[in-house]
This record gives sequence, C-alpha cells and structure tokens, in this order.
Amino acid sequence: MELRIANDAAYAYTGGKTLDANLPAVVFIHGGEQDHSVWALQSRYLAHHGYAVLAVDLPGHGKSGGAPLASIEDMAGWIVALLDAAKVNAAALIGHSMGSLVALECAARNPQRVSRIALLGTAFPMRVSPDLLQATKTRESDAHGMINAWSHSGYAHYPSNPGPGFWVIGGNLRLMQRQKPGVLHADFAACDGYKTGFERAAQVKCPALFLLGARDAMTPARAGRDLARAVPNSTVVTLGSAGHNLMGEKPDEVLEALVEFLRAS
Amino acid sequence: MAAPRSLQFDTLSLHAGQRPDPVTGARATPIYFTTSFVFRDADHAAALFNMERGGHVYSRISNPTNAVLEERVAALEGGVGAIATASGQAALHLAIATIAAAGSHIVASRALYGGSHNLLSYTLPRFGIETTFVNPRDLAAWKGAIRPNTKLLFGETLGNPGLDVLDISSVAAIAHAAKLPLLVDATFTTPYLLKPFDHGADLVYHSATKFLGGHGVAIGGVLVDGGTFDWEASGKFPELTEPYAGFHGMDFQEESTVAAFLLRARREGLRDFGACMSPATAFQILQGIETLPLRMHKHVENTRKVIAFLGKEAAVESIAYPELPSHPDHALAKRLLPRGCGAVFGFNLKGDRAAGRRFIEALRIFSHLANVGDAKSLVIHPASTTHFRMSDAALAEAGIGPGTIRLSIGLEDPEDLIEDLARALRAAKG
Repeated sequence: MELRIANDAAYAYTGGKTLDANLPAVVFIHGGEQDHSVWALQSRYLAHHGYAVLAVDLPGHGKSGGAPLASIEDMAGWIVALLDAAKVNAAALIGHSMGSLVALECAARNPQRVSRIALLGTAFPMRVSPDLLQATKTRESDAHGMINAWSHSGYAHYPSNPGPGFWVIGGNLRLMQRQKPGVLHADFAACDGYKTGFERAAQVKCPALFLLGARDAMTPARAGRDLARAVPNSTVVTLGSAGHNLMGEKPDEVLEALVEFLRAS
Repeated sequence: MAAPRSLQFDTLSLHAGQRPDPVTGARATPIYFTTSFVFRDADHAAALFNMERGGHVYSRISNPTNAVLEERVAALEGGVGAIATASGQAALHLAIATIAAAGSHIVASRALYGGSHNLLSYTLPRFGIETTFVNPRDLAAWKGAIRPNTKLLFGETLGNPGLDVLDISSVAAIAHAAKLPLLVDATFTTPYLLKPFDHGADLVYHSATKFLGGHGVAIGGVLVDGGTFDWEASGKFPELTEPYAGFHGMDFQEESTVAAFLLRARREGLRDFGACMSPATAFQILQGIETLPLRMHKHVENTRKVIAFLGKEAAVESIAYPELPSHPDHALAKRLLPRGCGAVFGFNLKGDRAAGRRFIEALRIFSHLANVGDAKSLVIHPASTTHFRMSDAALAEAGIGPGTIRLSIGLEDPEDLIEDLARALRAAKG
C-alpha cells in the first residue's frame, strides 16, 4: 500500500492482502541497501494467517520516496509515523540488520506502540570498518560484492528464496544494485553511527526475539547475544549454518521462529 | 580488511546450488524421480500453494534435481534464478509467452537458429505475436523496428549460420532506451565464454542440449533472469506489475523486486504450458556442467587448430569464424569473446553440392547429424540436408553456399580430426 509520510510517498507491502488495522499488526523493517522483498515469504505467510502486515520500504529505498534517513533514531521516528499513517495503534516490529536497530530504538522510545520485537542478524555496536564504509561511498560496486560475500554462509539453499530455482546470492546482489546511489553509504553510516544500543536495550519492556545466524560474518552471533543480554525479556534462537541473510538462506526456519514468537503473546 | 572472495567459475560449476544430501549423505545430486511431494500438514500445503513458503509441490512446477541445475546455471550466468525447460525451444517460448500476448511485437536478429526463426516467423503469428527481423549488425535497424507494442528484443550471442557476433551492450542500450528487455540465446557461447548479463542483456536462455550438457544424451533448456530489468519503471508489462487473477491476484513485481519475471514464468508458464524438464535430464546436464570449463577450453583449443589447418587448404574457399581477421565482427569478438568464439563454425568448400556430399561421406570421425555441442565432433552439409529444398539463390540469401559445411568441433585429439578432414577434402575433389 502507498502512504504519505512527511510529504513523501511511503510504500509498504501488505502480504498480498488488504491491510486490516483491526488485526494484530506486524511491521517488517529491512536492512541496509535492501527493500521489503527480503521478507516476501514471511510477510506473505503472516498476512494470510491473521496479521496486518506492513513490510516497509524505508525512505529512499525501493518504492518509497524521499532521501535515505541519516540515523537509526530518524528511522525509528519514521516507523512511528508509518503506524500513524496506517492507523495502526501498536505493532510487533521485525527488523533485520540495520532494521533490527530501528526496531530496538523504536521499542525503547515508544513502548505503547510496540508490542514485541524480533531482531534478526543483529549486533551492537554495528560498526562498519573504515575501509568498507569508504567503499560504500566511493566504490559501491566493490562494496556490494564484499557485503554479498560476507552475507552468505553457503552456495546451496533449500528451499531457496522465494522458491526453488532462485539463486539467493545473485538475488541479494541485484537487490542491492537496484537501490539508488548514495543509499548504501547512508545506511551503513547510520549503523556505524548508532551509539545508544545498550542503553536502549535496557529500556525495552516488551518481549524480544534475537534470531541469529551461527555463520553470520556481518553481525557475528556472539555480538547479537551480547545485545540480547542487555534486553530484560529476550530469547535467543541461533540458526546453524545460516549467514547474515537469514531470510534468504533459511526462510522456513526464520518463519517458524517468528510464528512461535508472535503466537506466544 | 581482507575483502572476501566469491567462488570462481570453475568452483561454481561444481558446487552452486548443491550440497551433500542431508538425509543420505549422497555427494552427487540425487535424481528425485517423483511427481509430487508430501505436505507436512494442511497449513504447509496451503502456504506452498499461496507462495507463503518456498518448496516443491509437483514436478511440473519444480523438482529438487532441477532446482540444482537452475541455481547452478543462474550462478554461472550471474543471474537471480533460472527455469529448466523441456528444450531450448521451450525456454524461448516460455520467455516470450511470459511477457507477450496477442497484439505484441518482437524485434529479432535475422541470424537465428532455424527452429527459433520458424517459431517467430510462422508459429507465433498464429497467436497474434509478430516479429520484425533485422540484420544484427545494423543498430539503426534494431532501433527503427521498435513499435509501441514491441515487448522484446532478441538475438543470439553468435548468430546462425555466419556467427554474427551480437553487440550486446549496444542492442541492450537500444532496448533499454525504449524500456524493453533484451533476450539472448547464449547456447553457442555458454557462460564460460561470455556472460550476456555483464554486457546489459536482461534474459538469457540456452539449449542445454548442446555445450552445457555436452555429451549429446539429453534434450533440455534453461531460461535465466538477470534480475536487472525494472519492469515497473518500464510501464509496458502489466503481466508482471499488476494483480494476476490466475494466481491469487499476485502482483509479481511487488513480491519480488528482482525476480518478478521468473515468478510469473514458473507460476504461469510452467504450470499452464507444462514444458518442464525431467529430473533425469537435469542430472545429465548437471554432470556436463561439472566439466564445462574444461570442455569449453578444449573445444576452443581444438577449433583453433582445425581452423588453422583448413585455412591453408586450397579446397577451402572461406571460413566464417569471428577470431579470423576476415570475419566482419572480428574486432567485436576480440572484445566480447576473449576466451574464444566457440566450437561451431561453417566453411565453404570449393565445388558444388556433390562435392559437399563427397566430403561428408568420406569423414570417419566426424558424425554426420543435426546437432552441435557434443563431446564428439559433428558435421552437416546444409545444402543436402536441412536446406535441401532451397535453390542455390535462396541458399545464398540465407548465407549458405552449395559447398557450405558446418562443423561442431569436439574433444578428440586435434591431429585425428585434422587427418579426418584432410581425407574428406581429398575425396571432395572427386
């Protein structure tokens, strides 16, 4: 569905169904240089199983207009504006990588609007090495290659994503290449510049799921577990042989962990 | 910071899309000879049918063995995914049928495989899809032939029969300026010699029967989506960007930013037209792909030696191979095909059709048949076989002379091939 936030077009995939704001709401927040389609299977499933789904394209990404936001805090504010625009009172937030920090920040600052958070491929601090950060600014193509190689744990995925016959690694690369120039650097700088993760984690009141990849080379699982320990009501699920792109590499396992977490409410 | 390395071509040829079977430990890709796949429960079934989960339902739509082949070819081409089909022709038809309909128009190179030419010239017009054929070297002709209802530009990496080298980046630029995708038949080159996506093509297909399989044992095709074309920005493809009543009102572009084409091709084209590949065929083609880099290297090496021999023979009037300075696309070939121009080429024998027949019949190693891309060397004399009904004038228009011989160079010892050809050249003199 298309919304307007701060005079810009804001797009959210609703899982193939018309949004019913009376249902329990789930907001999916993608990572850096990506869009809503990284959640295609999980978001579509939940939309057909009793949830109001909003898988967003953050500003400047995918079909959303505007410029990419410069900080995790700004993105968290944008998520609240999205809930307002969609007339959703409260939602579970599911975020991946950069999106996980957005969910964390949003939950800490808006406890009345966030019922629970699931953080995938997360870590704090989410530092970006100076070399990679520079590459995101001046050599996007090289940075895409590095990020893509770091984001996957293997070269064969079952049942693949969004289905058999799709080459997950190629799909992830093309998705990054589809984003506008400058988005990658803005996103990675926002991750690198986020300083208050542990403070915000301590303020989170709602249940939190940490879904980590045992072979994640972008946000190592141990760093995710460090953050999880700072959240009072957290659960950690580590997927063996999954890399940073958990939704692409392990779509069924990710879905099942999310379904169990959401059902526990 | 050490930059991570992605797997290289030779390694992907062996590993992309497949890992040891988690249940049995089988290292090779198992052949999943099953029509259908058991659902875990009713919810799992519904989720698979509604594309809420990935997985297999019925082998016409997908199969685990085929999926390995599809993902491997996609990896080698640098695409986002692929669909294995019953033949190369089925792959071409699937590509066209996914985005074209009655009233659509295609611009195609006139230097095409005969089967493709027939499909576009005679068969598709019966279904309301017209094609304008252009000289692939004439960029102005490509541009000028585009109409408001054009849906696709289409050519072969190496055209038939003269091995016209498609200037992929230039034709892609023309296509993209008109908000259209470029489809390329890359059968003769394989991704070992040329990756069309790197040069701007949007869709690629292969007759996997040829060099991908490489052993002349299985008919199959593979259609690969590069994931680069923005169907929504084009505005010309409601099949991919608007709800489709035939599949739960799905808007494929909304489901997948980069693979909308493949989603529709599988969910509609394979489902409804049904030109799927057998998993046994997928296995055989996978076996071929494991050695694709080695074979293509040897194919090209042997071809160069054979051409060097033929070039010195008085009975040979001309040779059409883009590595030769005499070929009109020599400069383009040097840029696009530094690893070689494949292993299929034609040469003109001095003399008439009878000389061609004598040449063919004297060969002992080359097999006289209608195929290319086998590990074994192959030969055909178009004027006495595939084109025997045509007059000499009509043959000339098609770029075929009475003495044109087409060779597909295999993996034998090149000296044995040269000796065989030398014997046949002597026989051709009568």
